[in-house]
Amino acid sequence: MYAQLVDTGVKRVKTLNEMSPEERHFQEKIDADIKIEAKNWMPEAYRRTLIRQMSQHAHSEIVGMLPEKNWLTRAPNLKRKLQLLAKIQDEAGHGLYLYSAMETLGANRDEELEKLHSGEVKYSSIFNYPSRSWADMGTIGWLVDGAAIVNQVVLQRTSYGPYSRAMIRICKEESFHQRQGYQILLEMMRNGTDEQKAMVQDSINRFWWPALMMFGPHDTDSPNSAQSMQWKVKRMSNDDLRQRFIDQTIPQLELLGCTVPDPDLKWNEARGHYDFGAIDWSEFYSVLKGNGPCNKDRLKTRRNAYENGAWVREAAKAYADKQKQAAA
Amino acid sequence: MSDWTLFEVFVRSKHGLNHKHVGSVHAADAPMALENARELYTRRSEGVSLWVVPSAQITASSPDEKEPLFDPSDDKVYRHATFYDLPKEVGHM
Repeated sequence: MYAQLVDTGVKRVKTLNEMSPEERHFQEKIDADIKIEAKNWMPEAYRRTLIRQMSQHAHSEIVGMLPEKNWLTRAPNLKRKLQLLAKIQDEAGHGLYLYSAMETLGANRDEELEKLHSGEVKYSSIFNYPSRSWADMGTIGWLVDGAAIVNQVVLQRTSYGPYSRAMIRICKEESFHQRQGYQILLEMMRNGTDEQKAMVQDSINRFWWPALMMFGPHDTDSPNSAQSMQWKVKRMSNDDLRQRFIDQTIPQLELLGCTVPDPDLKWNEARGHYDFGAIDWSEFYSVLKGNGPCNKDRLKTRRNAYENGAWVREAAKAYADKQKQAAA
Repeated sequence: MSDWTLFEVFVRSKHGLNHKHVGSVHAADAPMALENARELYTRRSEGVSLWVVPSAQITASSPDEKEPLFDPSDDKVYRHATFYDLPKEVGHM
């Protein structure tokens, strides 16, 4: 998802009997769906896991702006440009909500950003794919934000209070993203030229599999899931989330009159779900390792933005200090 | 940015309601904190008034004190209106 392969640092999940009294009290609160707040006692591994997950999630929002900025100056009209600007501003906002929530755990924002810039901490694999055509703005809104919503809706019930509250706020705003994306595609499919329609299908072909990979590896290959589920940092398994996404997306795909590049995709009456083909996990791991089409470019853009903005941060600080002195 | 001050943000969503805590922002000074809070927390007419308060200025009760602070009110059921059974004839009171 926006946070993929989050390491809990825990090899085996403890039972209540194996826990210290503090740990047991903590786990019992979680089992009773009582939210954990910043000042409550929590196991160190829980704190670290959350910082990892939330920082990855925040970084994904921030890096997620980059594939879209490509089309700001190339949007087909002013209306679309304003919508895209609003969506990108929301993503910056979502990143900031999450950094703020992460700081309640004692994490330092500058240090976490430094880990992003050095490549130590990842962001979602999906943002390492290029946005080649205007149709990609539609597909990203519809599929990428759509996949994010499926995950984030569930995360509203996550056990850490500040994270849960950030998710509630984000979900409220996210549905605009998905609807504006889908509407871009619908407009092209219903009123577009043959060339524009082909552009939509090409875009879906490129983003379909990477969107499915956003949910992370199969449950059987997800060694950290058990602990994250016990802590309710994660509320639904990768495979269940992926299936939910596919089931709700295919009818929308059919309404568009498009297809996905998966010959094995078909409705399974007995299961009540869509069956789908095998995901190429070697591509997923390769992109995570830094070998996707845009990894280097994304990090370079991020670093440049941070470094080139340094003088603004310094000037703001100098101005504030001067005002303080003048008032004293 | 860590040398900027952390501010807690409170939004009054409608006239007549209380300000409610919504999150935090970093800023070099209070006016900048207000501007950042406006951009971050009220992009969709979520508020009619904003407060920003340096986080360090907030004194919070500690979770360890939860029992000594709040338990004493648990056994004072007579402070609630529902404690007093009145005959039906009294009607709504």
